[in-house]
Amino acid sequence: MHTLSVAELSKSLKNKEFSSVELTQHYLDRINRSDLNAFITVTDELALSQARAADAKLANGSGSVLTGIPFAHKDIFCTKGVKTSAGSKILDPFISPYDATLSHKLNIENMVMLGKTNMDEFAMGSSNENSFYGPVKNPWNKKMVPGGSSGGSAAAVAGRLSPFATGTDTGGSIRQPSSLCGITGIKPTYGRVSRYGMIAYASSLDQAGPMTQTAEDAALVLNAIAGFDEKDSTSALRDVPDYTKSLRDSIKGLKIGIPKEFFSDGLDSSVEKVITESMKEFEAMGAELQQISLPNSAYAIPTYYIVAPCECSSNLSRLDGVRYGYRCKDPKDLNDLYLRSRSEGFGDEVKRRIMIGTYALSAGYYDAYYLKAQKVRQLISEDFKKAFQNVDLIMGPVSPTTAFELGAIKDPVSMYLADIYTLSANLAGLPGMSIPAGFSNNLPVGLQMIGNYWSEEVLLNAAHQFQTQTDWHSVLPENI
Amino acid sequence: MSLNKEQVKEIAQLAKLSINDSEIEQSTIELNNILSLMAELGEIETDHVEPMAHPLEMSQRLREDVVSEADLSEEFQAIAPKTGKQHFLVPTVIE
Repeated sequence: MHTLSVAELSKSLKNKEFSSVELTQHYLDRINRSDLNAFITVTDELALSQARAADAKLANGSGSVLTGIPFAHKDIFCTKGVKTSAGSKILDPFISPYDATLSHKLNIENMVMLGKTNMDEFAMGSSNENSFYGPVKNPWNKKMVPGGSSGGSAAAVAGRLSPFATGTDTGGSIRQPSSLCGITGIKPTYGRVSRYGMIAYASSLDQAGPMTQTAEDAALVLNAIAGFDEKDSTSALRDVPDYTKSLRDSIKGLKIGIPKEFFSDGLDSSVEKVITESMKEFEAMGAELQQISLPNSAYAIPTYYIVAPCECSSNLSRLDGVRYGYRCKDPKDLNDLYLRSRSEGFGDEVKRRIMIGTYALSAGYYDAYYLKAQKVRQLISEDFKKAFQNVDLIMGPVSPTTAFELGAIKDPVSMYLADIYTLSANLAGLPGMSIPAGFSNNLPVGLQMIGNYWSEEVLLNAAHQFQTQTDWHSVLPENI
Repeated sequence: MSLNKEQVKEIAQLAKLSINDSEIEQSTIELNNILSLMAELGEIETDHVEPMAHPLEMSQRLREDVVSEADLSEEFQAIAPKTGKQHFLVPTVIE
């Protein structure tokens, strides 16, 4: 049953082919046998009690399409009574006293949480190597990274340890691991999904979304989690369409823009070949391809690596060892308590970004860094606005390479450069997606699609149509 | 712009992070590498560009000034490292 999609599992549960308890136990057994390190916490007992409640709902016919479906929850979402660590030592003792809105929304569907997934500490990283709980292995090749920061979520879905997982994307953290692990992931428009209870990294960039096997599953999950939330002041007061309704529409005449800057020197030629092939598939389905230009997109890296650290240096100042989380042993005074709790609690990359942000926001440097970056952010955003006057969707690679070896990239700047194609969608606030598009050296390659604001329907429709013509999304790693 | 070790120590102090002498060398190199990546932005003319702080053009909503949350102080204090008499306790600040 672990090779079935959410849509298929939903039908099987309705038809009483198996119960949610049986399904949940099956996944828990798979998780407990797995060596991927995809989970920080496995919530066996909670999962089985949620499954029993779901079975009762299904028995009396009051369940929804998602009732009884197990899922893996990124450890960045607060879950009442369950450890919520954000991959950090400083939150290792933190048992959340409340639920994130997204957690709550999945609970009211009577879904089953299998556990909390591993991630780069506070979502800062592109390889999942920055986790306090150790790196995650890529199910396609266990010597390789799964990508990050939602690496545990991606590995859990690719390794079929969960039918789907939740993720968050600040600079590519849903799309890049989805690409490297060969699954489907969507980062919705900024403001589409509530950020309440989602531990903040960079508040003007963070957005949550589903990581699934198929576009159809992504639509089903997004239906449940999207929408206005008065607890999040940046949540958008807009109606949410039924994302499954438009999946089967024809994409004949869909205008696809191919930015020439996304095919720059750093792009691996075998990745480029896969992307070019998949574009031909869209052309064969009647879409019209045209070359476009996003002239400022190369500046997305320096812009992002100013904006995000500035926001994180402010957001993470609340972690001070006073009210929750880790406190150092025997602090001699208040300053010592702050200094040692933070220094012992945060990992190297988090400290680096806090330092960069602190410096960029400090007196005398604000204009040169933060203000400058905000202006370039505007230019990057305007490039997209111009492009979307002529096209419906933008396509290109997610990542310049396939998954790389664990430990291969040690220098922080080299790791940042790998985010080149994903950062600009976050800076502009646009929805983006990664779908499996082929393989290079037996490792998956993801195709990135970026849509206009609130056009998740267009993305999911195009992705679903691609998945009716190709079967890259259903190819499994060995021994699954 | 390039940082020296003293400036790195000062930034760490501002960020309430301690940095020891064995780490300072490596940290200074890494931070300077990151800052040189950022220097690329100097190439772009932005004099007449409006800064963008947020992706959506939205205004802050207002609501009635009424209590919307239950009193969860006990739950919140239960997870604190040290509490007493409904306060979060830290080492003595004023004797």
